[in-house]
Amino acid sequence: METTELSVNGKTHKLEADSRVTLLDALRNHLGLTGTKKGCDHGQCGACTVIVEGRRINSCLTLACMHDGDEVTTIEGLGEPGNLSDLQAAFVAHDGFQCGYCTPGQICSATAMLEEAKAGWPSFVSDDLDGPEGLSDEEISERMSGNLCRCAAYPNIVDAIRQVAGRQVAGAKS
Amino acid sequence: MKPFTYARANDRADAIAQAADATYIAGGTNLLDLMKLEVMAPDKLVDINRLDLSEIRVTDDGGLRIGALVTNSDCAADERVRQDYPVLSRAILAGASGQLRNKATTGGNLCQRTRCYYFYDTAMPCNKREPGSGCQAMQGFNRIHAILGASDACIATYPGDMAVAMTALDAQIEIENADGETRLVAIQEFHLLPGDHPEKDNILTAGDLITAVILPPPVEGKQIYRKVRDRASYAFALCSVAAIVEMDGDTIASAALAFGGLAHKPWRDQDVEALLVGQKPSADLFGKAADQLLADAQGYGSNDFKIPLTRRVLMSVLKEATDKGAAA
Amino acid sequence: MTAHHKMDKADSRNRLDDMAQGLVGSPMDRPDGPLKVSGRATYAHEWDVPDMLYGVLVRATISKGRVTDVASGAIIGKNGVRAVITDDRLLRRPAQGGADEAPPQGSKQVDYFGQPIALVVADTFEQARHGANILGISYEAEGQASFDPEADDTETDTPEDDQFDQGDLDQAMQDAAFTVDQVYHTPGHNSAAMEPHCAIASWEGDKLTLRGSYQMLNFNINELADALHIVPDNIRMLSPYVGGGFGSKLGISPEAVSAAIAAKEIGQPVCVALSRPQVFETTMRRSETRQHVRLACGEDGVLTGIGHECLVSNLPGETFYEPVTQATHFMYGGKHRTLGIEVARVNRTCGGSVRAPGEAVGMQVLENAMDELAEASGIDPVELRRRNVPDRHPEQDIPYSSRRFMEALDEGAKIFEWDKRNKKPGSLREGDWLIGHGMAGAARVNILSEAKAKVTLLADGSAVVETDMTDIGTGTYAILTQIAGEMLGLPADKIETKLGDSDFPAGPGSGGSWGAASTGSAVFLACEDIRKAIAKKLGTDEADLRLADGKAGRGDTARSITEVLDGTPISAVGHIEPGQTLEEMQQATYGSYFAEVAVNAVTGETRVKRMLGVFGAGRILNEKTATSQCYGGMIWGIGSALTEELVFDNRDGHIVNHDLAEYHIPVNLDVPQIEVVLLEERDEWASPIQAKGIGELGICGAAAAVTNAIYNATGIRVRDYPATLDKLLTDLPTD
Repeated sequence: METTELSVNGKTHKLEADSRVTLLDALRNHLGLTGTKKGCDHGQCGACTVIVEGRRINSCLTLACMHDGDEVTTIEGLGEPGNLSDLQAAFVAHDGFQCGYCTPGQICSATAMLEEAKAGWPSFVSDDLDGPEGLSDEEISERMSGNLCRCAAYPNIVDAIRQVAGRQVAGAKS
Repeated sequence: MKPFTYARANDRADAIAQAADATYIAGGTNLLDLMKLEVMAPDKLVDINRLDLSEIRVTDDGGLRIGALVTNSDCAADERVRQDYPVLSRAILAGASGQLRNKATTGGNLCQRTRCYYFYDTAMPCNKREPGSGCQAMQGFNRIHAILGASDACIATYPGDMAVAMTALDAQIEIENADGETRLVAIQEFHLLPGDHPEKDNILTAGDLITAVILPPPVEGKQIYRKVRDRASYAFALCSVAAIVEMDGDTIASAALAFGGLAHKPWRDQDVEALLVGQKPSADLFGKAADQLLADAQGYGSNDFKIPLTRRVLMSVLKEATDKGAAA
Repeated sequence: MTAHHKMDKADSRNRLDDMAQGLVGSPMDRPDGPLKVSGRATYAHEWDVPDMLYGVLVRATISKGRVTDVASGAIIGKNGVRAVITDDRLLRRPAQGGADEAPPQGSKQVDYFGQPIALVVADTFEQARHGANILGISYEAEGQASFDPEADDTETDTPEDDQFDQGDLDQAMQDAAFTVDQVYHTPGHNSAAMEPHCAIASWEGDKLTLRGSYQMLNFNINELADALHIVPDNIRMLSPYVGGGFGSKLGISPEAVSAAIAAKEIGQPVCVALSRPQVFETTMRRSETRQHVRLACGEDGVLTGIGHECLVSNLPGETFYEPVTQATHFMYGGKHRTLGIEVARVNRTCGGSVRAPGEAVGMQVLENAMDELAEASGIDPVELRRRNVPDRHPEQDIPYSSRRFMEALDEGAKIFEWDKRNKKPGSLREGDWLIGHGMAGAARVNILSEAKAKVTLLADGSAVVETDMTDIGTGTYAILTQIAGEMLGLPADKIETKLGDSDFPAGPGSGGSWGAASTGSAVFLACEDIRKAIAKKLGTDEADLRLADGKAGRGDTARSITEVLDGTPISAVGHIEPGQTLEEMQQATYGSYFAEVAVNAVTGETRVKRMLGVFGAGRILNEKTATSQCYGGMIWGIGSALTEELVFDNRDGHIVNHDLAEYHIPVNLDVPQIEVVLLEERDEWASPIQAKGIGELGICGAAAAVTNAIYNATGIRVRDYPATLDKLLTDLPTD
């Protein structure tokens, strides 16, 4: 058994759990935060994406006990019905989901991805390594390719992110 | 996942002291994947994330020292890497997903295990997982398997991208051992060919801790990373090429070429490079280079296509690398 | 009151068009949206059920035979393991969609590698998973297993219902001016819904509550009850949110039955979730197909004959087989026809329904063959389709209901600027990329299914819709809200749609694209009855009643609905049944696809650069969700064309690529910003709301547009799907 202190969406939790418990299962099965989803449990789909210490990661491929003292943001922390974040609202407006199961992962991923782009990180499709000049559809698609969607809402996911990115990432080249 | 004890190391000495009967965990993105399937089942994990190994700094001779805990993302985004070793940035960005790159570490990524479907399935015979049990891939589905350097025991490939670029860059891997001694291993010596002991991926022994990757001072030349895969993103390489080619007027002054997706380790062939140096670029020359590279290439049924694919990709990369008028 | 209607005659009243609320057809946001985007929608695993235990299924590692021993004693009582379930009622495979009874059961008989044979239950998930990994199982292989559908010694059978012969196709082929005579292969597919199957079973005495992820609740309850040997009335099933189904959640599957058995035995609720590899191995696969297509036409491109003879596969004893030729029967004319399906019996994961069973792979191949005929005859591919749209069903000689195929072709060709494309294959190049354009037709049978829904207009002027119908991403929450709001003149925020609870009236389930039209019709009928009741209160005819924005009537004489109700709610149950119109007409939805691809001249990698779909699917209930369904289908088509393939090891029948790392569904970067155009249409024979299905239409032929474009780009004709780079490599230009 391991004791781990996790700060999740601003609230501190003291978790006593088997060392095998992943951050994903800690959130879902131990802390009652079922917004983060298990799609494959092996880092192959991105449905479990959360933001840890400001970075998006697959919570299924990390142990809860490895995150003692860390700040975790889950989908529940980004907004709630009646008070949705810009991205959450954009996903609703653009129908960036269908069954909704990959959606929390998509939104956490996109939230953090926009910060990566603002920091000037290049991507696989960037023409030069200086970093993107705004985010083209191709940039958004590549940066979001770690989040599978079988309902295949991709075109609308890109539309939703583009709408928010446009306001946030203009001219981020370093 | 088998029950295991979890311990944290506060510094290197602490890590190495605990390492005798334990497995290090850093990013964990490969290790935990395998542990859930009980392909790997350590009794004890030592979490080394608190070790002071996250720095990237210029070395005394103008090279670059990348700490073993530097994440793939941070390495790819580092300004010096982007500026002076762009092939490394490109290679890392071509791998995995944003989420995985944010967690995977330099040291861990070097140790990434094969993606062979039979290695991953504990119901299947696998000489790498269980020496002597057989290789189910050879007569089975082997699309992602090796065409170079394989043995009768194993045809698995090393799946990473970062190490391929590092191989072209002549990186060295700094390792501290159980006695506190530090040594440098050329990356080309780090990964092993399967031979008779496919259970060994690399030269690390119990207690060894990768502490850094050292890149030599930046070299001249055009740097390219080309990756070919079965979908546009988030897939392993069927074949990849890291190329650093420098021209001297009309002739090739130097060429460093490393290949991914083809073997148990990132593949580098000095004879191929020697063939190119001092020559004028031409399709004929590139064809000879491909002939040399693939002289002993062998397909196993589902991966035969990798031979013509590699030929075509190499020739195309060499063309791009030696193309006048295109920016470096 | 129940408003019952059997669809025996056309309904051209178009009543929804007479309403005044402006909801139906509009691109209304999904009411479930805010819950889904904030992680507050409760999927099967996510209910807070006290004292819940975790179960993990164990897989068989032989292909055919018997389990002779399960070493339960070695793990029970250690490391949190509470029980090992090997009950004879465990399912050997899931039920087929609409089965309504238990599928094959019994954990000792093994029919395929990967079959679930035991359940390990523990206090925690980690303990159960480890227990399942180390549980010792002994087997005895029995009998001769078959793994390869095309092997000479594999047994096959020929379902009588699916053989059709008319005229003399051999002769027609001989006499034809142009022919196509080719064999095509499509591989197996997996639904790969993002939510793995999961069920939480809890008992109170004899009553079972099953929280699961299912598509057809009232059928699923019967299947579950039959499997457990209890009465259906003792089961309540809850599936308010389903994280994707695509056919994989049509019939009851192993996690639900094993969870129920375990929970009863142990006396605590048990949660069983399939791992992703288990989803691949133990839930339905789409069968691979081998399709021999023959097309014969005259100089004018008018078909004189069609041959479509297919080989698919399934486990021995399964009556389901992929209905590959479903659309071929009605799509194009041609007097001389030979259509047939043969089923090879193999020891592989069970074959069943995956999105658009039949047309997904049948249309994909037929439209590929039509492109080959266009090439052979020198007739433009769009024109060739146009010349072969029959006036009446070519086999049954019945008329078509509404069919906007020609319009979809014409509109698509216009928007895509089809006539501007390069017509000479392999001659358009941009740097390292060969550019090509291709098109294909789309068609999917339309079905109306029996459905009930209850609508209650409450005294406070709000309304509740209740049905056990599910929303699997299809948009049911939205469209039922829109229909009720339209009919009752209420804004969407005054309507609460409740789904996925078996206590509610029995809907048709989500499947076969019948859900929206069927359940929507039930809601429509219930609302019509409520309108009649209101009209009666006001002393007017229902036909003259105007309800809008919570008011009855118009202008100064408008009265608020609360005033009219005067404290008394009105409720009605709508009950729709299919009828004669389905027998007397060929009902289907249609469309067209146009695609632009870039094929890398060095590697053979293909990228879809542009894709357009134009669809006629009857009345569109919600423009936004309908468009999304079409995106989904077309992207499945991209996957079918380029990346998706279940690989079987024919030494033991196991699925080699049983995870999402190696079974490649399209990622975001594989997909361009697709364009979808929905045509205005009313199909008066399809349903009293003139709507048809749209959930699957997008997939029905899409892959052909992509591979036809590859042909145009490279001169290489792909007949063996998916068009992975190795299939193009040897024929690419050598420069």
